[in-house]
Amino acid sequence: MTINYRECCKLALRQCLDEEPRAFLMGEDVGAYGGCYAVSKGLLDVYGPDRIRDTPLSESAFVGVGIGAAMNGMRPIVEVMTCNFSLLALDQIINNAATLRHMSGGQLGVPLVIRMATGAGRQLAAQHSHSFEGWYAHIPGVRILAPATLEDARFMLPAALKEPDPVLLFEHVFLYAMEGELDASVRAVDIEHAALRRRGTHLSILTYGASLQKSLSAADALAAEGIDAEVIDLRVLRPLDDAALVDTVKRTHRVLVVDEGWKSGGLSAELMARVCELAFDELDAPPTRVCTAEVPIPYPKHLEDAALPQAATIAAAARRVCGRG
Amino acid sequence: MTALPALDRPLALALYREMLLIRRFEERCVELYGAGKIRGFLHLYDGEEAVAVGVMRALEPHDAIVATYREHGQALARGLPLGEVMAELFGKREGSSGGRGGSMHVFDAKRRFFGGNAIVGGGIPVAVGLALADKLLGRENVTVCFFGEGAVAEGEFHESLNLASLWRVPVVFVCENNLYAMGSALDIDEAETDIAAKARGYRMAAERVDGMDVVAVLAAARRAVDIARKGAPCLLEMRTYRFRAHSMFDAQGYRDKDEIERWRERDPLHVVAAAGKASGVLHDEDLGAAEESVRRAVDEAVAFAERGTWEPVEELTRHVTAPRTKRRTP
Repeated sequence: MTINYRECCKLALRQCLDEEPRAFLMGEDVGAYGGCYAVSKGLLDVYGPDRIRDTPLSESAFVGVGIGAAMNGMRPIVEVMTCNFSLLALDQIINNAATLRHMSGGQLGVPLVIRMATGAGRQLAAQHSHSFEGWYAHIPGVRILAPATLEDARFMLPAALKEPDPVLLFEHVFLYAMEGELDASVRAVDIEHAALRRRGTHLSILTYGASLQKSLSAADALAAEGIDAEVIDLRVLRPLDDAALVDTVKRTHRVLVVDEGWKSGGLSAELMARVCELAFDELDAPPTRVCTAEVPIPYPKHLEDAALPQAATIAAAARRVCGRG
Repeated sequence: MTALPALDRPLALALYREMLLIRRFEERCVELYGAGKIRGFLHLYDGEEAVAVGVMRALEPHDAIVATYREHGQALARGLPLGEVMAELFGKREGSSGGRGGSMHVFDAKRRFFGGNAIVGGGIPVAVGLALADKLLGRENVTVCFFGEGAVAEGEFHESLNLASLWRVPVVFVCENNLYAMGSALDIDEAETDIAAKARGYRMAAERVDGMDVVAVLAAARRAVDIARKGAPCLLEMRTYRFRAHSMFDAQGYRDKDEIERWRERDPLHVVAAAGKASGVLHDEDLGAAEESVRRAVDEAVAFAERGTWEPVEELTRHVTAPRTKRRTP
């Protein structure tokens, strides 16, 4: 049966609400409207307004309410419409959710899941197209997830709901319409490890989110030229799966990082630094990266496309790191 | 309307002693700050004791409290062990938060004391969430959320009052209006200085209370807790005053000494002592006995903190997240 990423996100929500009586979804337009990206469409009728809870446009308050409810016995799933709006709740996410356990000497825990849409590619312009998951991956105390496949969209959320600490889950806007077959043998996924999505020998492409599909397309193109690229889907952006980074570098000895975030001070820099710290002697070439151009994401399609990592720019960078550029 | 509670002898003694304990505890904190035992920021509650003591007396053990960075008074009035609070100020492992938080981040989960929040307004949504969980789980608990009048300029105050009222959650918002947000007088910051009026704008009951009179505070807190226990939020604006600086680094150029002296005449310790004496239930020897017993308690707390230990550096990263049990990879 064909299914898309959006429907996988909805099935994940339904599983959470069915299996965990303390779970409820809360956010802007999640109920009557059905969710800005239609992930929760129809759920209000099934679960009622206590469990599919529409909120006012008060990001800081409803994220903070999620924190308090999580500390007091509930298992809230908070939807922030896009990560761009999550900046209005940054104080709650960082100063409270991520901090309370340590600051209280381990007395308090915040088992809260925050879902948000991230990324560009739909001509939504600068204030709706940014990727802030790399920023959040900077913060101790939170787990950062980036589902890039149907299986991860379907099963990461139920795994996140079992976590004793805050989890931020970034659904990529460009992937909601991605269709495919859901692997029927998968009934759950871990939220600990990176995944090897394509085995190769000549270089390792480290990526996540919507850049995974672009990287796989690039790898297909490279294969026709005799370059055999391995593609690692990071999946968990914090804590990073260091062992997977070292493993892949030991196999290929060359690294290309693909990140829809900006280059400066970003997740790509962290990945390259870790590769150098952990496996420098394994490298046959300097690690390199393809990131989003250092501009606010523009509206017109040709400029948006030019700003983002694309299969062609990924393939070109791969050739360079393999000395074929 | 709940009348003022009868100030009988046991109540008068208890209120006086609890406020005196906070006062003397913090006076000792100042000395210990000077001695280098306490570092960082230290915000004293001196002058505002009636608010915490009156409100806490209206609560049950299962009710929740969210406070601010000026929370020594709330912590002590809630019954957190004095030695543990002092050890927290020392940064010792035996402290309320294991020494991790210090003066601004006192937590005690057992006593449902949720800190200790040092971002102005940052605790207000959390309090609404604590109360929402109680409502959804069918528990008849109330959450009390303390914040200063400076916080009413924050968006989180307005967002949270709206949500609390919209969803009818059992929160009592207690605004400690000590007239100055650090050094900014209320009328410098606010177009509308009537804080209770702002709360009424969100369709909740609100009243202004003489925060220097612990009996008035207790009566108002009982009314407010009754409202919340029945499932609606409400707000108390406590008119109070801090006699000392905002923190240990404050030249107080924003207010004159006469003003401080005028407020000192309404020192909550004097107010309750005078009321108790006037009605014949408190005597000078009671006040002396309270001083003596409080002095001993503070001495013991300091000794406890001095005896405390430092968390080993090896434990630095403990409690960033919960310990992970090995999970089966599906």
